[in-house]
Amino acid sequence: MIVSKQKNREELLSLLDGLTSLFLVGCSACATVCKSGGEEEVFRMEEWLTSLGKKVTGSVVIDSPCNVNRTARDLRDHRVQVEEADAVMVLACGAGVHSVVLKSGKRVIGALDTLFLGNTIRNGQFGEKCSLCGNCLLNETGGICPVTLCAKGLLNGPCGGMEEGKCEVDRELDCAWHLIYENLKKQGRQDIFTRTVPPRTGGKNSHPEN
Amino acid sequence: MSRLSEQLAAGRFVVTAEIAPPKGVSIDLILEQATAMKEVTAINVTDNQGANMRMSPVAVAAVLVREGYEPVLQLTCRDRNRLALQSELLGASLLGIENLLLLSGDHPSFGDHPQSRPVFDLDSIHLLEVVKSLRAGFDMAGKPLCQAPSFFPGAAAVPEGEPFELMFQKYRKKVLAGARFFQTQAIFDTVRLERFMEAARLLGVPVLAGILLLKSARMCHFLNDNIPGVRVPRDVIERMEKASDPLEEGVAIARELVCFARGRCQGVHLMTLGQEKRIPDILANCGKQC
Ligand code: SF4
Ligand code: SF4
Repeated sequence: MIVSKQKNREELLSLLDGLTSLFLVGCSACATVCKSGGEEEVFRMEEWLTSLGKKVTGSVVIDSPCNVNRTARDLRDHRVQVEEADAVMVLACGAGVHSVVLKSGKRVIGALDTLFLGNTIRNGQFGEKCSLCGNCLLNETGGICPVTLCAKGLLNGPCGGMEEGKCEVDRELDCAWHLIYENLKKQGRQDIFTRTVPPRTGGKNSHPEN
Repeated sequence: MSRLSEQLAAGRFVVTAEIAPPKGVSIDLILEQATAMKEVTAINVTDNQGANMRMSPVAVAAVLVREGYEPVLQLTCRDRNRLALQSELLGASLLGIENLLLLSGDHPSFGDHPQSRPVFDLDSIHLLEVVKSLRAGFDMAGKPLCQAPSFFPGAAAVPEGEPFELMFQKYRKKVLAGARFFQTQAIFDTVRLERFMEAARLLGVPVLAGILLLKSARMCHFLNDNIPGVRVPRDVIERMEKASDPLEEGVAIARELVCFARGRCQGVHLMTLGQEKRIPDILANCGKQC
């Protein structure tokens, strides 16, 4: 899931400068789970905007605003309200914001900060275990990602700062390479330790359609 | 051929030392420090060490060349992507710099610009391979160079690293990637150094043991809390605490470590942090049976 959080009110306030009416878009998928842009948060946002004297012309919580076609359809269904607003405020990740930019033709205010691809650990607590590098090494690393979990994203084993299996950046955290080593050792495998992993290439820089 | 490579090839016990570039543009202090290091074979120039912003090590190393000293240019992957690293290396070669110490680099969170973006486009293994390729006349993209640089590439080792097997696989990779010499992180534990050298010796690349001059018990605690990979053991801290003249005790500890390294390592790398005048004392006979 894409983890996001709402921008603080102070920052939002500065974004509203000069705007008198807004249409709100929420997300019924990730942003609902993160409690940053579901029904509840869209409602609270509307209350807050109204208390500031802004007019909320309407709102819609889209099932995955990252889906461009669905976003287009839902905005069409609210065409009059969208048209009436000075801007559309989107409570969804950056992908959702982009869909609305593409399909509304309006000025768009992104109300969230998009953080990372997250595993849900507990309700409201998320962990980042993959950074979508496009060159997955997990099959050789016992399923532990050095690109994400090593503070330096090193590909060929631990740096000199590892101490007793802990990371130099935070002694409370395990060194990713120590975790990989322990995991592979348990399974009696050598995998990634048998070869020199070349520098990362392509991946992130070679998106299909932009 | 650099003097460092010649002396290592000849099997001499080699001594290197280290200076940090200035924060600012005066190099008076550097030249003064270098004068006190006249006897050493080569002088390492650190690269934004501990992720603290300082003058470019290429500039400082070039000044050392001009003044008749032989530098070891330290280069980290923390602040430069692959383009910048390669162009820096070619520039260094033009300025007469041959010896390199190729590092991944400390994380920016330790330094005085903790918000800076860590680059790590390459790691130390990749950087060694880049240097291998440049020496063969090609850049990382396989494009030919108009003239290949001549470098003597080295890398860092962590003899006290645990688990040993995990740390040593990286050492082995560095050897395969073309490291021609190693300088180690500061060592204090002779048992661990011995174990490391038994394994390292088989790979046949010279190792200079890193020896750090301790100046006070407080410094020991600071190192343990703030410097990645440096661990001053309890008994050494106690010696420093009990000493009536801590600096003198630090010199004695360093001297004992140098003696231990003789016959086991191919040399020592001295980190004297402003006390370079004590280098002759550190290199003197320790009087003990090591
Ligand atoms: S290697 Fe890349 S794709 Fe695989 S888990 Fe890590 S960041 Fe994700
Ligand atoms: S200690 Fe381990 S996880 Fe931390 S930066 Fe070094 S290699 Fe990466």
